[in-house]
Amino acid sequence: MIAYLIRRLGQSVLVLFTMAVLVFFAVFALGSPVDMLASPDADQAERAALAVRFGLDKSLPVQFATFIGNALHGDLGASFVYGKSALAVIGERLPATIELAVLALVFSVLIGVPLGVIAGLRPNSIAGRAIMSTSIFGFSLPNFWIGLMLILFFAVYLGWLPAGGRGPTTNVLGMELSIFSVEGWRHLILPALTLALYKASLVVRLCEAGTREIITQEYIRFARAKGLSRFRIIRLHLLKNMMIPVVTILGMEFGAMIAFTVVIETVFAYPGMGKLLIESINRLDRPVVVAYLMVTTVIFVVINLIVDFLYVALDPRVRLSGPNE
Amino acid sequence: MSEITPTTPLTLPPVAKGERLLLRQVRDLVASPEAAIGLAVLITLVAIALLAPLIAPQNPYDLMQLDIMDNMLPPGSALGNGATAWLGTDDQGRDMLSTIMYGMRVSLGVGIASVLIASVIGALIGVLSAYIGGRFDALIMRIVDLQLSFPSILIALVLLTVFGRGLDKVVLSLVFVQWAYYARTVRASALVEKNKDYIAAARCLEMPQWRILVRHMLPNCIPPLIVVSTVQVAHAITLESTLSYLGVGVPVTQPSLGMLIATGYSFLLSGNYWISTYPGIALVLIVVSINLVGDRLRAVLNPRFTH
Repeated sequence: MIAYLIRRLGQSVLVLFTMAVLVFFAVFALGSPVDMLASPDADQAERAALAVRFGLDKSLPVQFATFIGNALHGDLGASFVYGKSALAVIGERLPATIELAVLALVFSVLIGVPLGVIAGLRPNSIAGRAIMSTSIFGFSLPNFWIGLMLILFFAVYLGWLPAGGRGPTTNVLGMELSIFSVEGWRHLILPALTLALYKASLVVRLCEAGTREIITQEYIRFARAKGLSRFRIIRLHLLKNMMIPVVTILGMEFGAMIAFTVVIETVFAYPGMGKLLIESINRLDRPVVVAYLMVTTVIFVVINLIVDFLYVALDPRVRLSGPNE
Repeated sequence: MSEITPTTPLTLPPVAKGERLLLRQVRDLVASPEAAIGLAVLITLVAIALLAPLIAPQNPYDLMQLDIMDNMLPPGSALGNGATAWLGTDDQGRDMLSTIMYGMRVSLGVGIASVLIASVIGALIGVLSAYIGGRFDALIMRIVDLQLSFPSILIALVLLTVFGRGLDKVVLSLVFVQWAYYARTVRASALVEKNKDYIAAARCLEMPQWRILVRHMLPNCIPPLIVVSTVQVAHAITLESTLSYLGVGVPVTQPSLGMLIATGYSFLLSGNYWISTYPGIALVLIVVSINLVGDRLRAVLNPRFTH
């Protein structure tokens, strides 16, 4: 087990390093930030001074070595636009994104599990069939367009909810969160629902398949024969056994959800780090783009590690020996 | 496993005399009402996209045919030249119906082209990886794992900011994010095929390696590839529209459905809903119909499919 942990950690470090190399050289090609920072009538000397100030006059390998060295100290450079540490800029926006992604995850479970169980218990009923065909739509519909349509309906047509932005925040343990006020919820609900839609359909399909399989097992029949109530069978025997794959998949999908906030935040003008990424790409703010990609990579790697370990802990049948397992 | 698996693979039941296999598969496909509707919608949409220059009420990119006085007309209004804009007009006075027809050309074209290129590259890499095996296989599969562990939207976004805008660049980055799916799918089936008798027979005949690979192994890995490719076209179209929506996709001169939706975004809040809504509906129709067909195709091409 210890050997497995160490090898798995080693792999994660390798992934991080590979990403650092790829990200650095990819983003270097973004174009010269000096062109954008210097005023149009700046002369050659001013431009050179700017380049020196941001370390852009050095050769590529030197810049890369500096980048890696600094990154190990938790310094990913200073934003060209905000004039402060890129990590700090990301850090300010991180709580908003995490809040949105976690809420969306909760929504997708709350919507997906009950619907999936209903569809699995009654596969041939009208409700079951309707749920399953709707889930195909949930998979297929382009998320950003759903967001636009929700804005159109709830914000423009009905006028019930704000069309975008973030509500007032409360400082909780050093993080600015908006789920503690009604106004905050009014801003969060549409983006979170939009983000949850795709995952909810995934959960519906997983739960439907799981329910249909589990319901035929001996222990369910036995529980029925014992005279347990239907609700108790579902709660104790069905849900518990069904949740292992659901939890695993959702864990892995959480990273994808954070990446997808780039789209949702742009649609709803929600000031998280996804919107920051798009703004930074447009402004050629290279350190922020690099910092964003590194932060999300770390999040992915950590989530994957946790999921892997959880999986091993939950299911002892998982082989630990193979290098690819 | 190998003891119980018969040497004759589980294949489709024998084909009756005079009945083409392909024909029967098509019939199985349309036996499901959802797939039949999906296929009908899809064929109609592709036909409209192909014939757009002939059947569209106007060419929205020919400035001579546009009248700025027609801008932002709601659906059903009469244009300056007497024609009716059934889906309204945009801020430049373009007829939305025509714009959508031309936009579908770009969206479908980009989706299909990227899937074709990516599946050819992925299939070759997958079959090679399975055939060579060993270190090479391990390396390729590590790269595939690494790439698939990152969301495709993020990879495509970074690639496009590096490459810049352009139809060719969008296709290139879509190829880049997709090849790994095909490599993995084809490798899985190639690993099974590799140990079958006909490959051993071909080896005994001392056929050239490339011939065994391309003429013998590859064709037998095609059915799962077709299923993945069909669904991936829908995925590619959605991804392209999302990228174009974010402003890093297709150029302004060749707007796809995604870009049309993005253009309409700025008018949405003032209640001019049609510029974003109708291109979105076209996009949804394309994607849903492809998925319906793909879902059924998965069942039909499965050897254990029961009638």
